[in-house]
Amino acid sequence: MSDSIVKHTSKTAITMIAFAFIGTALLAYVFGITRAPIEASEAEARLALFKQILPENTYDNDLLKQVIKIAPSDLLGNHLPTEANIATLNHKAAGVILEAVAHDGYSGDIKLLIAIRADGSISGVRVLAHKETPGLGDYIDIAHGNWIKLFNNESLAKTPAKLWQVKKDGGKFDYMVGATITPRAVVKAVLKAEQFFEMNRATLFADSKDATSENTDLIQKNKD
Amino acid sequence: MSNIYKEITINGLWKQNSGVVQLLGMCPTLAVTTSAVNGLSLGIATALVMAAANGSVSPVRKFVPSEIRVPVFILVIATLVTVIDLSINAFAHPLHKVLGIFIPLIVVNCIVLARVESFAAKNTTVPSILDGFMMGSGLALVLGLLGAIRELVGKGTILSGLDLVFGPVAKQFMWTSTDYHGLLLAVLPPGAFLGLGSLIAIRNWIEIRNIAKTNAAPPVLIPSLHH
Repeated sequence: MSDSIVKHTSKTAITMIAFAFIGTALLAYVFGITRAPIEASEAEARLALFKQILPENTYDNDLLKQVIKIAPSDLLGNHLPTEANIATLNHKAAGVILEAVAHDGYSGDIKLLIAIRADGSISGVRVLAHKETPGLGDYIDIAHGNWIKLFNNESLAKTPAKLWQVKKDGGKFDYMVGATITPRAVVKAVLKAEQFFEMNRATLFADSKDATSENTDLIQKNKD
Repeated sequence: MSNIYKEITINGLWKQNSGVVQLLGMCPTLAVTTSAVNGLSLGIATALVMAAANGSVSPVRKFVPSEIRVPVFILVIATLVTVIDLSINAFAHPLHKVLGIFIPLIVVNCIVLARVESFAAKNTTVPSILDGFMMGSGLALVLGLLGAIRELVGKGTILSGLDLVFGPVAKQFMWTSTDYHGLLLAVLPPGAFLGLGSLIAIRNWIEIRNIAKTNAAPPVLIPSLHH
C-alpha cells in the first residue's frame, strides 16, 4: 500500500518538475531572443522623448551614455537614486535632462522629465507618468494639450521664484478652471528642479568630464 | 465533424460569450476598455493566450495527474503569457506601454483557466485550440465594443491610439469629433459598469427575441458557470 503511495507521489512530483523545467527553458529562450529588441525599443522611445524637449541640434553626444547618478533629493522629489543625462556640444556642457516627481498632484505622483540648458533656461518639460483625472487634470500631458509648453524658455533669471505659481495664486502660469491642483503641483516641481539645477550646476557638469575624458579641460573652462 | 467546430464557434462568440454571458474576466473588461484600440488589443492578446494554452494542455492532458492539474495549467498559462508579454514589449513597444500592467494579469483571468480546465483537459487538440481562440475572440469583441462605446461617448473619438499599434501611418484612420468634448463619466470606472450592463442587456434582449420567434424554451439569463 505504502509502495503505491510513494510511486504515485513521485510520479506526480516528476510530472510537476518536468512541466516547470520545460516552462522555464521556454521562458529563458524567449527572454534571450527578445532582450536586444526590447532594449533597443526602450532606448529609442527614450531618445524620441529627449528629442521633444532638447532639440537634436543643440548637442552632439550620446545622451543615453552620458549619465550621472543623482542621490535622492527633496528638490527633485525622488526617493530612489535617479539618472540625469548630460548633453554636450563640441565638448562644452549644453544642458541636462532631469527626472523629477511631484507628490502633491490630485491623485498620485506626477513624473516629469525636464530639460535645462547650460544657462539655466528650460528647454522643455514633459510628463512621463500621471494618474490625474482624464479630461480634467490631464492637460499637463502633451497628448491632451500644449499647457506643458508654457515652461519653454522659462528660467529663474527671467521669472523670480515667487512668480512660479499658477495665476490663481498670484503667479504667472496659466491653468484651466476646474483643475488647479494638478498644474500647481507641476509648476512647483519644475521650480524645484530649476533650483536643484542652480545649486548643483557645478557637480552636474563636472561629472560629465568623467564620462568623456578627452574634454576635461574644456568642461573645466566652462565651469570657470 | 464540422458541426462540432460550428458549435464551438457559436458558443464562444455568442451563446457562452465570456464577456457578457459567463461574466468571467471582469477585471480587464472593466479596466482596459477606455478605448477601442486598448480593449481590442488586450482581447486579441487574451485570445492568443487562450488558443495557445488550450493547444498545449490538450495533447498532454493524459499525462497530468488530476491532483496537480491546476498548478500545471497555471504554469503553462503563466509561461505563455510571459512569452506574449515579452514579444509585445519587443515588437510593439508603444502598445506595451499602454497595456503593460494588464498583460501579466491575463494569467489570473478566470476565463483562461476555465477553458483549459473545462474544455482542453477533456477534448482533442484541434477543437481545443479552436475553443480557446473563439472564447478569446468573444471576449475580444466585447472588449472592443465596450472600448469603442466608452471612447466615443467619453472622448468623442474613434480608434484613437491606433498609431500605437501600427505606427504613425495609422493616424489617418482616427476620427475626432470637433464640437463634442465628451462625457467624462464614460471614461471613468462607472462608465465601464454602465457600458457593460448595457451590452449584457442588449445581448439578452436579442436572445429573448430570437427565442420568442422560434418559440423554444426560455433563455438562461443567469451567468451560466455549469460545465
